[in-house]
Amino acid sequence: MASRDEVWFDDAAGPLVRPYALTRGRTRENQYGLDLVTLVVSVQPEVHERVVEPEYADVLWVCEHPLSIAEVAAKIDLPLCVVKVMLADLIERNYVIYRTGWQPVRNAPDMDTMQKVLDGIRSL
Amino acid sequence: MVSARSNPSSPVVGPAIDAVAVKVLISGGFGVGKTTLVSAVSEIVPLRTEELITELSDGVDDVSGIEDKTTTTVAMDFGRITINPELVLYLFGTPGQDRFWFMWDELARGALGAIVLVDTRRLDACFAAIDYFERRELPFVVGVNCFDGTQLYDVDEIRAALAIDSFIPVILCDARERESTKELLVKLMAHVMATARLAESVPAQQARSSAAT
Repeated sequence: MASRDEVWFDDAAGPLVRPYALTRGRTRENQYGLDLVTLVVSVQPEVHERVVEPEYADVLWVCEHPLSIAEVAAKIDLPLCVVKVMLADLIERNYVIYRTGWQPVRNAPDMDTMQKVLDGIRSL
Repeated sequence: MVSARSNPSSPVVGPAIDAVAVKVLISGGFGVGKTTLVSAVSEIVPLRTEELITELSDGVDDVSGIEDKTTTTVAMDFGRITINPELVLYLFGTPGQDRFWFMWDELARGALGAIVLVDTRRLDACFAAIDYFERRELPFVVGVNCFDGTQLYDVDEIRAALAIDSFIPVILCDARERESTKELLVKLMAHVMATARLAESVPAQQARSSAAT
């Protein structure tokens, strides 16, 4: 058993709420294929924030405007895997809509998109 | 499903939800200037996102072993360039530690290509990244970061030392400079497109040669 006279303070004790507690132990989302650059936006966060846990409400407000999942995770300072599970929950309840990042098809590279990226960088 | 925006009149900062999001990777050894490069062109102050890895210890159910169970955090810095409301480019710095390969896989999935940033004083620091991108067949260019504005070696010497194919661009750059970083990205995209055209033409050639036999 752990020693009872051992006391942890501040950061040594870990986060106040263990990240995986927010997701009830779930660490992987694979229902929607969410990745770093999947764009998400919340739908009526002012309505839905009232019916979700506070951490989920934070997610809703952070993606009030379209943002990548990487940005959502960075702004609410939670690990990516946790944020993905939370977003999948919110997508399932129709509180968040999403758009998957561009996925190349190996035999048909999207030259049009690549050209637009190239032109865009040139004109920065 | 009610999908009306809560506040359609507010100015949209960044991409639209129906935008196409693409990414390129910025790779290289620790301290080579990856985040510096990202901040040189990003429209946002580079953000940091983290992923948790729990490394299993022996005797998971043994409470006294908990202090041996380590949770490692892998951090990635990234920036954003909104090319237009329909197209947004993300620049992701890969984690410095080569052992976090699973994170590299997530980063590389769907990436257009990569810039491998090189410091000639620590050339070996980039070998793992080059190996990884070659194995994954992800197009990349090499940016040689000239820290004090000068470079002791020329491009051919560096290419030889890195043992990379002659068609892979090696570019001298200054990761602090916006114009220099833009040039790297332009050369990367040109290389990505050239590689894609080559890949398109290879099956056609194979079809022709198999038809001839």
